[in-house]
Amino acid sequence: MAKKNQDLVEFAVTARKYKTLLTNKYKNRKAWVDPNPYEIQSFIPGTIIEISVKEGDVVQEGEPLLILEAMKMRNRIQMPFTAKIKKVNVNVGDRIPKDMLMLELEAAEEEEES
Amino acid sequence: MTLKKNIIALRQKKALVQMGGGKKAIEKQAAMGKMTARARILYLLDVNSFHEYDMFVEHEERNFGMDTKELAGDGVITGTGTINGAPVCIYAQDFTVMGGSLGLKHARKITKIMDHALKMKMPCIGINDSGGARIQEGIGALAGYGEIFYRNTMASGVIPQISVILGPCAGGAVYSPALTDFVFVVENISKMFITGPNVIETVLGEKISQEDLGGARVHAEITGNAHFYAQTEIQCLNQIKDLIGLIPHSNQEKAAKIAPKKPTFNKNLENIIPADPKQPYDVREIIFALSDESKFLEVQELWAPNIVIGFGRMNGETVGFVANQPMYLAGVLDCDASDKAARFIRFCDAFNIPIVTLEDMPGYLPGVDQEHAGVIRHGAKMLYAYSEATVPKITVILRKAYGGGYIAMNSRHLGADFMFAWPGAEIAVMGPEGAANIIFRKEIMEAEDQDAMRQQKVEEYIEKFANPFVAAAKGYIDAVIEPLETRELILHALEVSKNKDDHRPYKKHGVPPF
Repeated sequence: MAKKNQDLVEFAVTARKYKTLLTNKYKNRKAWVDPNPYEIQSFIPGTIIEISVKEGDVVQEGEPLLILEAMKMRNRIQMPFTAKIKKVNVNVGDRIPKDMLMLELEAAEEEEES
Repeated sequence: MTLKKNIIALRQKKALVQMGGGKKAIEKQAAMGKMTARARILYLLDVNSFHEYDMFVEHEERNFGMDTKELAGDGVITGTGTINGAPVCIYAQDFTVMGGSLGLKHARKITKIMDHALKMKMPCIGINDSGGARIQEGIGALAGYGEIFYRNTMASGVIPQISVILGPCAGGAVYSPALTDFVFVVENISKMFITGPNVIETVLGEKISQEDLGGARVHAEITGNAHFYAQTEIQCLNQIKDLIGLIPHSNQEKAAKIAPKKPTFNKNLENIIPADPKQPYDVREIIFALSDESKFLEVQELWAPNIVIGFGRMNGETVGFVANQPMYLAGVLDCDASDKAARFIRFCDAFNIPIVTLEDMPGYLPGVDQEHAGVIRHGAKMLYAYSEATVPKITVILRKAYGGGYIAMNSRHLGADFMFAWPGAEIAVMGPEGAANIIFRKEIMEAEDQDAMRQQKVEEYIEKFANPFVAAAKGYIDAVIEPLETRELILHALEVSKNKDDHRPYKKHGVPPF
């Protein structure tokens, strides 16, 4: 009990803060991060088997970016909206975890390609 | 003379089967720190009470060289016996016989003893220690699993079903335990998962040990699949004996009544709850102060510890306790706590065990993770379980009962039979600070000294609403009681609920949110 009392933390439920212990599961929960549309993350762990773009490319919405193989399926990752590739963080053959930042995008410049 | 000869032949035949997979395999089992299937049964059951059936069942597989393989009892021991006098059906998979793998005949031995348990109305205990489906038997093994799952479901709510995981239990095999009422696991011995570390690594590239993926601790603390966690097999088997003594043989009976005894816990009920509403305490001390001999068999102790569930006796009869635990996460309800309590309430209701609810809860756990994990759906299970239950339902509000949590914790509105509250109980839509901030927002905003005004309004709110008398005035609370009267009143409530007759509208079955 003495040890337990040392571990007591302040824990807010509505406006009142209670003294209590935390569970491991609570401590290990993932904090919510607002999704950034300019970051393309892996939705499943897998292997990169093809990359169709390089840094600096302006890619149109719907065009293929890369192929992520997972669960024996080839998942074609497409461009969510027209933008420029700022950074490519993966190489062909990489085995990557879930939620890895694979590609970073930035807004395409004003001038249209002619 | 021939009879004598036959008897000797029978004994030899039996002795051979009793050796399971043979001396070498038994030594290997011991080297893994595991008891043999037979030793487990003999330890668990009363001395000389075990009687085995289907010893000479043989598999019928003829492919892949199986035609020449003799498997003692086809890898599973089945029979009947007693535990402290209570009749049980039991089966134990024998890992020394072809890794305890499940083939069709092995499964049929299990379904036969399950059918017997269901017909004769006694608990069924399954000891799992198996490498999984016997691949040589192909779809025959799958059929076997399916037939077991079907019977688990048919027997659910009719007879208590207990699963003991004393070895690997992987793939389809995990679903029989998952369908049963109580799952027992042992540190370093139990392993449960749908897909093992090898498959996970091949397919997803994630490396994890068996223990970290589906060991005893994982299921006791993280997944909630296990109900009882032990350090050793002996401790585990003793836990089963304790449980069997507290639950009825079937849904047509009540749990055995024993001589009533007074609590032995010596802490005064008036001194357990701190005066400061923000300070925690261990709600199990309240249970110890209420239950006979201060005994309490806690279920799922490590998972969602913010709610405490388990069995104790009052006046010699088994009751199920459900209590918010302010020591963990301030005693909030969250996905896991609701799920845990709901299943326990349904077990108690199915098996005629009255439910005593001890309430001290600040509300639901706020957070994106909770909302996205489906706290609405999981929380609803608890409302459903309490509303549906027809056993005597008694609630004691110890300190806080706020908002949706007040409703969920067996309130009058969900059909509680007796609602008691201690004099310091706060029954309100939310905590005084939150309520005052909303109701008196204008006054607080316009005040020169906002903090002083807020404090004044909080106190005003506490004075007017944060007490049990508003609810008592409406008849939602039957009696405001002194802590030291609690045991007497619960005993009385149980006594006068003996003939409770509560009916539900005809239905094939409800559609609870699970």
